[in-house]
Amino acid sequence: MGKFTPRQIALYVVILVALVAFPLVVKGTFPTHVMIMFFMFAMMGVAWNLLGGYAAMFSFGQAAFFGIGAYTSTILLMNYHVNPWIGLVVGGVLAALTGAAIGMPCSNLRGHYFAIASIAFAEIVRICFNNWKFVGAAEGLSLPLLPESLGNFMFHTTKVPYYYIMLAFLVLSIFICWYITVNRGGFYLRAIKESHELAKGMGISFVRYRLYAIMISAFLTAMAGTFYAQYILYLDPESVLILPISVQVVLVAMLGGAGTIMGPVIGAVILIPLSEYTRVWLGTKGTGVDMMLYGVLIMLISAYQPKGVWGLLTAIGKRAK
Amino acid sequence: MSGAACLEVQGITKRFGGLIAADDVSFRVGEGEIVSIIGPNGAGKSTLFNCITGFYRPNAGRVFFRGKDITRYSAHRICKLGIARTFQIVQVISDMTVLENVMTGAYLRDYTPRVVREKAEEILRFTGLIERRDELGPDLTIADKKRLEVAMALATRPELLMLDEAMAGLTPVELRDIIALLRKVRESGVTLIIVEHVMEAVMELSDRVVVINSGRKIVEGPPAEIVRNPEVIQAYLGERYHA
Repeated sequence: MGKFTPRQIALYVVILVALVAFPLVVKGTFPTHVMIMFFMFAMMGVAWNLLGGYAAMFSFGQAAFFGIGAYTSTILLMNYHVNPWIGLVVGGVLAALTGAAIGMPCSNLRGHYFAIASIAFAEIVRICFNNWKFVGAAEGLSLPLLPESLGNFMFHTTKVPYYYIMLAFLVLSIFICWYITVNRGGFYLRAIKESHELAKGMGISFVRYRLYAIMISAFLTAMAGTFYAQYILYLDPESVLILPISVQVVLVAMLGGAGTIMGPVIGAVILIPLSEYTRVWLGTKGTGVDMMLYGVLIMLISAYQPKGVWGLLTAIGKRAK
Repeated sequence: MSGAACLEVQGITKRFGGLIAADDVSFRVGEGEIVSIIGPNGAGKSTLFNCITGFYRPNAGRVFFRGKDITRYSAHRICKLGIARTFQIVQVISDMTVLENVMTGAYLRDYTPRVVREKAEEILRFTGLIERRDELGPDLTIADKKRLEVAMALATRPELLMLDEAMAGLTPVELRDIIALLRKVRESGVTLIIVEHVMEAVMELSDRVVVINSGRKIVEGPPAEIVRNPEVIQAYLGERYHA
């Protein structure tokens, strides 16, 4: 891990160039929208992977961080005219601190207990926001429209700038995740995942490293939240704080391959277009069909290749050599 | 008995509900010594071991490492101070290669991946695992796994290494190898405490032996004396060493 062969580097460069060229070749708002959603969920999957994939903290509460990011930047913008880019950083920091605050008492929880705690936490956040007048409660918030510019993080005539911003966010997240995994943090998280006892015996403060993981994951997820608010220009608890978002993030990472850097990206490229297109093709009659398809895919993958599609691809790659 | 105290255990008592697993146990370990803790199953050896390494909090008593009171220290701080341990049930990180496992240990003292890798490789050569460096932890034989555990512990650069049954279940040849390795470890300046069932190894390696029964220390001394002690024979050794 960590070392790339020239062929792999070439492959990644080609993919990146293709993604950069995509909006120039494919016109039309819907494909651009699907790609943006793909990047966004890939980014959240990468962030989740730091917790669930590397450190066995199966968070089903990522929507809380997503929502905190979205709400923080929006409220700062609406009430205090703070630039959304600053709001993005503030939201990230708030999410990280929230993550640390809930992570501290939960840091001893293992596996499914952590998952339950994370669901409870996210639901509490959702219910609070649903009833909190200051943040618009259940009616939600509409963002004030600013002139279109990168500085204002707002575009009205085209989705293409959002596409590039989200792509940049995704690349940044992948880089951060990769950097962590090839350094001490990644080794320590994997040791913690194996066994708390073993980690302690090797001098690893697992509370500290788990908190680091939660904070980084929360920060990145909140970044995606701010992005989403700036992109949709409207938010309410039902669109950013609900459990299905958390579940989607977990599925993306698990399907692609938990504990691998590119796994969540692969998972997102399969699941997100599937969900967006089924929604369009089947309309309201098809509500839930994407979830049923997900279910089947997840069952297949966990039965035949627990390491996800990424594991499948690397296995094929090895056989081909 | 040699030199200044590396580790000093004073009156350690550990209760689990009504059960007294360690009862007022005291002993010292000098710098560079190899001391074995022996006793029948359930005698409280592992409890004692866990009290020293910070995995359990004793109800009473103190542990000093080089004069420093470490009784209330958490396990990872104790490791950082220079006491490394292995586990009775072999623990390695299963999705890592042998090299990565050892690197995880080496990260305690260094941060740069390249330096960590070099240090880990050095330890793999020292422990004779360098050929296995790219194999996954779970694919190793029991003997190599135990060796890997020792390597992981050594990678944290301990001054005191504590082994919890590192020799159980090995063939005579494998036993030879691990005994030779532990001798080498001692020669490199590391003090050793060994909790062990394999009497052959204990007798051959130890400078001193501490015998525990029902949570109490019954006797301590050089191996040659221990095997002749009637109480020890009755409690633990049985007929085999009765000679």
